[in-house]
Amino acid sequence: MNAKESGRRKFLKGGVALAGLAVGGLRVASGQSSGAEAAASPHKDSRTYGERSRFDTAERQPTGAAPYGDTALVTPIQALTGIITPAGLHFVMDHLAGVPDIDPQQHRLMIHGMVDRPLIFTVEELKRLPSVSRIHFLECNANSRPLQGPKAESVQQVHGKTSCSEWTGVLLSLLLQEASVQAGASWLVSEGAEGNKYTKSLPLAKAMEDVLVAYGQNGEPVRPEQGFPLRLLVPGWEANYSTKWLRRIKIVDQPYMTQHESTHNANLHPDGKAHWFRFEMGVKSVITRPCGGQKLPSPGFYEITGLAWSGGGTVRKVEVSTDGGRTWKNAELQQPVHRKAHTRFRLPWTWDGNETILQSRCTDDQGEMQPTIAELAKIWEVSTDYFLGSGVDHFNAIQPWKVNRDGSVHNALFS
Amino acid sequence: MRSSLNLFLLAVLASGGAVLAQTSSTYNLGRTPTQEEIRTWDIAISPDGKELPPGRGSAKEGAAIYAQKCASCHGPTGAEQGQTDFPLVGGKGTLTTLHPVRTLGSFWPFATTIWDYIRRAMPQGKEGSLTVDEVYAVTAYLLYRNGIIQESDSLNATSLPKIQMPNRNGFVPAKPAWKPREKRPFGFYP
Ligand code: HEC
Repeated sequence: MNAKESGRRKFLKGGVALAGLAVGGLRVASGQSSGAEAAASPHKDSRTYGERSRFDTAERQPTGAAPYGDTALVTPIQALTGIITPAGLHFVMDHLAGVPDIDPQQHRLMIHGMVDRPLIFTVEELKRLPSVSRIHFLECNANSRPLQGPKAESVQQVHGKTSCSEWTGVLLSLLLQEASVQAGASWLVSEGAEGNKYTKSLPLAKAMEDVLVAYGQNGEPVRPEQGFPLRLLVPGWEANYSTKWLRRIKIVDQPYMTQHESTHNANLHPDGKAHWFRFEMGVKSVITRPCGGQKLPSPGFYEITGLAWSGGGTVRKVEVSTDGGRTWKNAELQQPVHRKAHTRFRLPWTWDGNETILQSRCTDDQGEMQPTIAELAKIWEVSTDYFLGSGVDHFNAIQPWKVNRDGSVHNALFS
Repeated sequence: MRSSLNLFLLAVLASGGAVLAQTSSTYNLGRTPTQEEIRTWDIAISPDGKELPPGRGSAKEGAAIYAQKCASCHGPTGAEQGQTDFPLVGGKGTLTTLHPVRTLGSFWPFATTIWDYIRRAMPQGKEGSLTVDEVYAVTAYLLYRNGIIQESDSLNATSLPKIQMPNRNGFVPAKPAWKPREKRPFGFYP
């Protein structure tokens, strides 16, 4: 069976399962452009669009947590090498409306509100404008929320709501200059094109600083689950600012307190007060090998490796302790280190077969160091038990992994 | 230098004085949307409610719409867990506990958000199918069920933004505030 045949059979098999979708696709194609027809025929030939080895089994996993249990998918960060997350493994959080099937030729971005020149762009027009490519992480505000039970052993389940890509697009500041923002404007409201039109407020100062309207991800168009054909990319901030399937930007003079801002994204403190908005993700690092759920086959040499990042800037230093925090060694950082991007760290280690605890801590270019869970509890004025409650966000305490004599590795955050 | 300034002045004269709009564009890509396009796309409602369209609806009318179009997912009374993180009704007095129940009644600071969200996102799968009056009515019903307005009350573009939500003062500005490139205090991620 040659590759073409196998691709065709796959296509037919998929055609049965996706019958509903295909009908929708045909309807678009008949009334529209050749672009829509191309979109209706998936890649059939693994020579023309390559596939990974059938022995490579790393996959996203559902979190199973309400309310996004089936649609929230987390990245296998233990399986990543280097700093880039393959687009197919990028974590996914959408807001229950599913992934829209958007024909890029029909898609528009409108910029309006407090501007002198409201504008509507096609995707092709945006691609004619001066572009930039930048490597940035996206991290969900709920990433690293402490878990209990078997899931707490999985670095993917605990820390997998972060991914890092090379994003290509137009600086939002350029588009806003084109639209000419009026005096008195201070925020914008972005909106997606999916069924329930996700919407989110963003301070204008950040919009003018380093935000992208992205159409490229890791050298390809942004993937559908990541916002094809256009998404906002707000570097270093909670990923929920980075609206996918971006269709509209309204320039305004106040935050709009959208549903998510009034519920999940408001930071409720133990005293019952909710802080309106949180923006930057903190300094964080996690060892991804060895990590919870893995087993070291025998004493001997291992490279300890993991990822570090900071929403406030650039990772300057990652220290690793292999003796329960008594001593710390500087890990080697993969160069170049990018701003607001995953940074790969590595440290050679020989395991002597005794029980021990491995952990890493990150320091960024503002001099901020990742806290221990006890330090974090003190700063937030809570007991460490508080972190097991629902809705704990921006949790960035040092992650300890305990290595037992039998080589099994366990989450030791609460011990 | 001089001739380009002259060209610029000519352009200004020719355009009938739309100086800012013309001069601010460097690339001249994209087109100007019509007022009608902006009106139909712009579904964002601010806390002061200035974008709310004319219309009205009462809690009583909302009860019937809720039973028909919402109860299948949110439960017969809205106080059930349903398909959401939190039910639509209840949660009073839970915000300082380990498991706070953040409902639109116990938590949301502005009533306008309820209107905005129901119009843009509900009923799930049939978004945008409610009339403006139905959105006012079902918003009124949910506010009534949360003990915020009376069953006989009806809402419109003027009265909705004036509703005092119980947790309005429970929302405080993020501290410290975010400023571009400014150092944060240890452990705080504004
Ligand atoms: C098919 C199921 C379904 C129907 C029908 C439905 N909803 Fe929902 N509703 C949901 C889901 C799921 C969510 C959670 C969405 C999310 O959080 O992203 C939700 C969220 C909400 C919320 C926000 C709750 C919160 O705390 O964030 C409100 C308000 C709401 N619905 C009102 C309504 C109203 C009013 C109707 C009827 C007009 C309705 N819904 C019909 C499924 C449904």
